[in-house]
Amino acid sequence: MIGIGRVFAGPPRVEAVRDVDLSIGEGEYLSIIGPSGSGKSTLLHLLGLLDRPSHGTYLLDGVDVSTLSERRRTRVRGERIGFVFQAFHLLPHRTVLENVELAMLYQRTPRRQRTERARETLERVGLGHRLDFDPLTLSGGERQRVAIARALVARPSLLLADEPTGNLDSGNAASVLDLFDELHAEGLTLAVITHDDGVSARAQRRVRIVDGVMSDVATAGVVA
Amino acid sequence: MTLRDLLAEALAGVAARPSRLALTTLGTVLGIAALVATIGLGQTAAGQISDRFDEVAATRVTVEPGEADGPDGEMALTQLPWDAPERLERLAGVASAGTFATVDVGQDPVRGVPYGTQEQTVPVAAASAGLFEALGGRLSGGRFFDEGHDARGDAVVVLGRYAADRLGINRVDSQPSIFIGDRAFTVIGILDAVDYRSELQDSVIMPMTTARELYGLQAPQTVEIRTDLGAAQLIGEQAPIAVDPNNPDLLDVTAPPPPGALRDSVSADVNGLFLALGGLSLLVGGLGIANVTLLSVLERVSEIGLRRAVGAGRTHVAGQFLVESGIVGFLGGLIGSTIGVLATIGVSVVRDWTPLLDVRLALVAPFLGGLIGLVAGAYPAWRAAAVEPITALRTG
Repeated sequence: MIGIGRVFAGPPRVEAVRDVDLSIGEGEYLSIIGPSGSGKSTLLHLLGLLDRPSHGTYLLDGVDVSTLSERRRTRVRGERIGFVFQAFHLLPHRTVLENVELAMLYQRTPRRQRTERARETLERVGLGHRLDFDPLTLSGGERQRVAIARALVARPSLLLADEPTGNLDSGNAASVLDLFDELHAEGLTLAVITHDDGVSARAQRRVRIVDGVMSDVATAGVVA
Repeated sequence: MTLRDLLAEALAGVAARPSRLALTTLGTVLGIAALVATIGLGQTAAGQISDRFDEVAATRVTVEPGEADGPDGEMALTQLPWDAPERLERLAGVASAGTFATVDVGQDPVRGVPYGTQEQTVPVAAASAGLFEALGGRLSGGRFFDEGHDARGDAVVVLGRYAADRLGINRVDSQPSIFIGDRAFTVIGILDAVDYRSELQDSVIMPMTTARELYGLQAPQTVEIRTDLGAAQLIGEQAPIAVDPNNPDLLDVTAPPPPGALRDSVSADVNGLFLALGGLSLLVGGLGIANVTLLSVLERVSEIGLRRAVGAGRTHVAGQFLVESGIVGFLGGLIGSTIGVLATIGVSVVRDWTPLLDVRLALVAPFLGGLIGLVAGAYPAWRAAAVEPITALRTG
């Protein structure tokens, strides 16, 4: 279902991502690895429709989304893509449940269904007992699982994770990565961006990006 | 996203920072409170003033002979006719009319008992029967003399309250008498209060004809007229012609100004300054909301980015901040309106007034606050909508 043609991009002067060809198959678990400043975040923004490629074509679910209007792009982003950020970006003073419901707020999901699905998804990530907590009272690992639930609840075609373990200790990081493995096993398409070889090693397929240029890493590559 | 969702999100956004909310609303609270209290107190004060004037002053017209400087000081230009009340009562709009004069009793002392005990200097006045009604007189006992007493020149008197005290008379059912010199007068009533000419309360009051026959009273000094409500200005013009058709210009007439003009000028005085003050605090309140909302946009950049990432359009983001500042303004308006109403009631209680407040004002004021909030939120909301999701998510 996911067929990404080519992504060529570059904000003025800085060519952050150069003529990258990448396709992610449905149900694939891809990791994009690269040092900081390599252009991997820009690539993520392009994949997540947060940014517009300066040239090239991006096919998402077979539809060319690189030329959509701002409004349509926002729609597609809300419906097809789930984000997990390094900094979690949970709203303080709102309950865990409300944070997850937020992902369906701008879709046409009826209120009752939103609550139900948010609850189911939170149970899925093992936080069924934390529904009414303020995110500020949760541990880092729990927060990231809330963020993952939020990314999953709208049933996206693609889940994008930007350094998902960057703010976590090793124990919590491992549990988040285990969750990714489980989700992948259930058929979710995942793209994880990281500078950590240990994280990227969990992926089915790894690509490396350096100075905006992408290269495949042998699947049987080194495990750091 | 439904309107209800938008409201819920905005409410949650506002409620998340209660102490900031309190500070933000302060300006609007003060502005709306000042506005409501000003208008409320203005209405209340105008109401009290017009009440008093409508009932008493706005229906009082007096006619006196004009005066000119003569060889012996001030002298009257003309004389009022004895039958002035009858002439005036024929005019439509006159409720009652009566004449008044002070009576010179020479050296005769006024006493409660014929001889001995204390001699009192009590002023003596003469009145026609209609005067009591024209002045709104109220009795503590007995009755006023009527036109019959007046026509016959009966030796009866009504005592003013203080005059009765000094003469030692407090009941009239035993038909007590007082003495002026050697003459006995039957006390038929005690006057408790009058709306005007309070000197009557110190006086012994006898019928006009009695004063004329016994003490040689030349003419009435004043005609007091009570008009129907709203007729005072008209009667003020007609009275001198009715009283003295040949020389109406020689009479001095006192009539109240049109009540509308009076009320307007009072309201304008009271309101002008405070309305300006209220408007100013509303402006400051609006600027406060704009300022804090702008601050909160900058502070919540990552929240904006997140909302954009999960599918919120620019209009959603702008709408949320707009509604949030609208809610802040509305809350400020609600609290301010309450304070304004309470202030109006409080001042009214202290001043012993009846609080008068247009209900519509109290209902509209919160919405005015909300409107100010919306206007104040326009620029911050526009700024929020312009936030690019990437930059927003990069921070934090």
